[in-house]
Amino acid sequence: MSSRLEQQAGIARTVKKLCLVLVGMVGFVFALVPIYDLFCEVTGLNGKTGGQYTYVESEMEADLSREVRVNFITNTNQGMNWEFWPEKGAIKVNPGTIHTVNFFVRNPSSIPTVGRAIPSVAPGLAAGYFHKTECFCFEQQLLAPGEVMEMPLRFIVGPEIPGDIKEISLSYALFDVTEDSTELIESFKNGLNVAAAGR
Amino acid sequence: MNTLKSISIKGMFVAFLVSVSSMLLADELNLRPGVTEISRSVYDLHNLILLICVVIGVVVYGVMFISMYFHRKSRGHEAAQFDDNHTLEIAWTVIPTLILVGMFIPSYGVLKEIYNTDNAEMTVEVRGYQWKWQYKYVDEDYNNSFSFFSNLATPRAQIKNRQVKTETYLLEVDEPLRIPANRKVKFLVTAEDVIHAWWVPDFGIKRDAVPGIINELWAIVPEPGTYRGQCTELCGKDHGFMPIVVEVLPEREFDLWYQDKVAEKIALDQSTKTQTDTEFLTVSSGG
Amino acid sequence: MSEVVHTDHHDEHDHGPEKGLLRWLYTTNHKDIGTLYLWFSFLMLFIGGALALVIRTELFQPGLQFIEPAFFNQMTTNHGLIMVFGAIMPAFVGLANWLIPMQVGAPDMALPRMNNLSFWILPFAFGMMISTFFMDGGGPNFGWTFYAPLSTTYGPPSTTYFIFAVHLMGASSIMGSINIIATILNMRAPGMTLMKMPLFVWTWLITAFLLIAVMPVLAGAVTMMLFDIHFGTSFFNAAGGGDPVMFQHIFWFFGHPEVYIMILPAFGIVSHILPAFARKPLFGYTSMVWAVASIAVLSFVVWAHHMFTVGMPLFGQAFFMGATMVIAIPTGVKVFNWIATMWRGSMTFETPMLFAVAFVILFTMGGFSGLMLAIVPADYQYHDTYFVVAHFHYVLVPGALFSIIAAVYFWFPKWTGKMYNESLGKLHFWLSFIGVNITFFPQHFSGLAGMPRRIPDYALQFADFNMISSVGAFIFGFSQLFFLYVLINGIRSGKAADGLSWEGAKGLEWTLPSPAPYHSFTQPPKVS
Repeated sequence: MSSRLEQQAGIARTVKKLCLVLVGMVGFVFALVPIYDLFCEVTGLNGKTGGQYTYVESEMEADLSREVRVNFITNTNQGMNWEFWPEKGAIKVNPGTIHTVNFFVRNPSSIPTVGRAIPSVAPGLAAGYFHKTECFCFEQQLLAPGEVMEMPLRFIVGPEIPGDIKEISLSYALFDVTEDSTELIESFKNGLNVAAAGR
Repeated sequence: MNTLKSISIKGMFVAFLVSVSSMLLADELNLRPGVTEISRSVYDLHNLILLICVVIGVVVYGVMFISMYFHRKSRGHEAAQFDDNHTLEIAWTVIPTLILVGMFIPSYGVLKEIYNTDNAEMTVEVRGYQWKWQYKYVDEDYNNSFSFFSNLATPRAQIKNRQVKTETYLLEVDEPLRIPANRKVKFLVTAEDVIHAWWVPDFGIKRDAVPGIINELWAIVPEPGTYRGQCTELCGKDHGFMPIVVEVLPEREFDLWYQDKVAEKIALDQSTKTQTDTEFLTVSSGG
Repeated sequence: MSEVVHTDHHDEHDHGPEKGLLRWLYTTNHKDIGTLYLWFSFLMLFIGGALALVIRTELFQPGLQFIEPAFFNQMTTNHGLIMVFGAIMPAFVGLANWLIPMQVGAPDMALPRMNNLSFWILPFAFGMMISTFFMDGGGPNFGWTFYAPLSTTYGPPSTTYFIFAVHLMGASSIMGSINIIATILNMRAPGMTLMKMPLFVWTWLITAFLLIAVMPVLAGAVTMMLFDIHFGTSFFNAAGGGDPVMFQHIFWFFGHPEVYIMILPAFGIVSHILPAFARKPLFGYTSMVWAVASIAVLSFVVWAHHMFTVGMPLFGQAFFMGATMVIAIPTGVKVFNWIATMWRGSMTFETPMLFAVAFVILFTMGGFSGLMLAIVPADYQYHDTYFVVAHFHYVLVPGALFSIIAAVYFWFPKWTGKMYNESLGKLHFWLSFIGVNITFFPQHFSGLAGMPRRIPDYALQFADFNMISSVGAFIFGFSQLFFLYVLINGIRSGKAADGLSWEGAKGLEWTLPSPAPYHSFTQPPKVS
């Protein structure tokens, strides 16, 4: 009889432990997204490139002995109807020198639209060496009907980039995020109204 | 009953032999060698691994069939009672490990070669759409960059069996991707909406086209000709109807075609620009 | 039976089964619940099989004959989901319910009421999933791997029901696993140490831990989908700064252990049947246990071999290639051990043995193609083609499914007290064996020739292979209907079976009379 009670107690203990394991796994699931981001940053997976880079001139030494070609790829995604193009298709740069390339967007439609550009770098390993000191990535940008905007990108290819990377492609995918940007649209419309009232 | 058993065991054995020999003998059942250096190395690698598997298979199944034939109760075989043998167990752990190392090394060599995207002479962006491909030729001077879509050209009537199917059924497009022979071409693969995958079997290259992300691929095709592939990642309703056709042109011919395309594009730009010039006055700058 | 009841004062054991439908609704008896699981999975096998036959009918010839592409995608998706989550997994849980208490000498599962709940969740989960067929926009159509954004931004409106169904299945699996682990760790007969446990128990113990580890990951993946669809987050949506590739990493972090969840119990079953019919002890028990454990551990570090074409850096590819190849070593050890078990035995080939032998042969075939798929450069040519379809059907149909069928034939006399008709069983085997090979062997060739998977229509050079494959699918499909007949025939008019139904069978369950009494081992047996 007592062995039965012992058994019940044993089962209760096992179940408790397993529930702890379960809670641990659920915690792990919550940590998955940050773990993944870290994983990408470390491995250069998907050519994920970070946000802005603080540029310290004295620390950066130009490497004039070699050139890296940088391709600029512009795309509009998921039915985004803006026109989106870079000033140049590609340029050759010395690692460690700073360059500016302008990108242009135009909203050909008759309604105000909000866009957001998502960058990606190929090859993935180059992402860690491609530093943007000024960029328009991940930002929500509103364009009035017919408006054209110039968006500068300032970047440095780190001089520590491995010699076997001779070409980097930077791609911007432009998405229509008007639906998720009601506030921006509202304030734009209010601005129009204020302007109209003030006139 | 006894004969039934021996027939069935022999049947299994014959079926196995037939399948093995058919794998080895019939070229048309095997992977295709393709036309690039990479696709040939992949083909050789495939044959090597297949051969190793077949040899292991013959040994393993051979021992098994011998046992199934001789060690039967109906033949009066008495069961031995051993249940371990350390020498054997160590052997069949160590030997496969060595074989695997032997497989890993050449595989890594080919993989490294595939990842070497250096010194490409031209770049084409490949974009998957639901359900077509877009090809953009990336030029240093953005004004010279042009693009076009490549749609399935097979008529609906053929798909719905109202018309006789042609030889290139489902593998034909209205405008193929054109690349020059003998030049290293880099492909930047991405997608507009959902994930697609771009595959040309004869080049031995396949890569997922993921929205928001670009992936690199390359090919040097020595032989001019037409090469066909298909989208290989489920991308919705018409996943089976977005083929890839690559026309490899001799270098001279390609250059002429390219110049024509650029001229066509610049002319088109001019005509649209005159219409929209006034709007350019409202350029604002932003960050 | 009554003697046992009198020596035991627990009144829960005083009565036999209730009568009628309520018995099945309220039952907490491990044998009843095992039976429910098994019949449920059999039903799902036929539903999933029917979907497969719709697919094979459409693919019989090039061109669109019977169904539209949109519907075809629903067929492939639900075939995969139903077979994985509805047929194979519940069948193994059913076997676990029936066998684990008897094999460890326990009176029942540790948590009988939760056991009832984990089963009765399933019909609701699958009812909900299948009901999506009749909704606007149809059911899930994004493949059983439901890659984002096809399943989120571009998914049908019914995706929410699909997500909830997956949550329910996950909850059921987790509860089932907790129950199994608690039973195995606490309710073994005195004297049965861990290293004396039957291998089916061992494999299930490890499988249950895998389930507890990865089911929350699956639940997390679908929950993120739910938030992306309804609450404006962008986990997998590139537009919001999310990453569609992250979905694949999370999915396959669940998905690869899931693959082993579907095969480890099969290893256990085969390790019971081969020694029984070879009349010889299992070769290398200890190495079998270690092989299963190491396969389970390795399954957590190979997930990205499902996504070699997604664009990982070189060393990532090399790592996952190497790790995947390492799995071949313990798997090889298992196959060699089985063959050594047969070697110099005194074999007879009754139906369970036939299925077990076919398992070893054909599962090994799937192992070979798996090894080929691990080679990254070659995988670029195989990935997402019919070669992959052939590979995983070889490990899941003549692998997992054959082991389940073998188990049903092997323990059928113990469950029902009757013997199935041996000739009919053999006929069923040969029909299945031939059918499965005609169906899936040509798919290696269509894959190598370049046919992508999940397409409703194909180019003309694939026509012959597909026609053969479709013929095989119908043979295989209808031979499973014949299986149903063999079982019903056995239950109704089979000869009475002995307690020790097979000459060479070993284990506690064979010390019980056949059919096993409703309450068994109320007094724990002694294990020497």
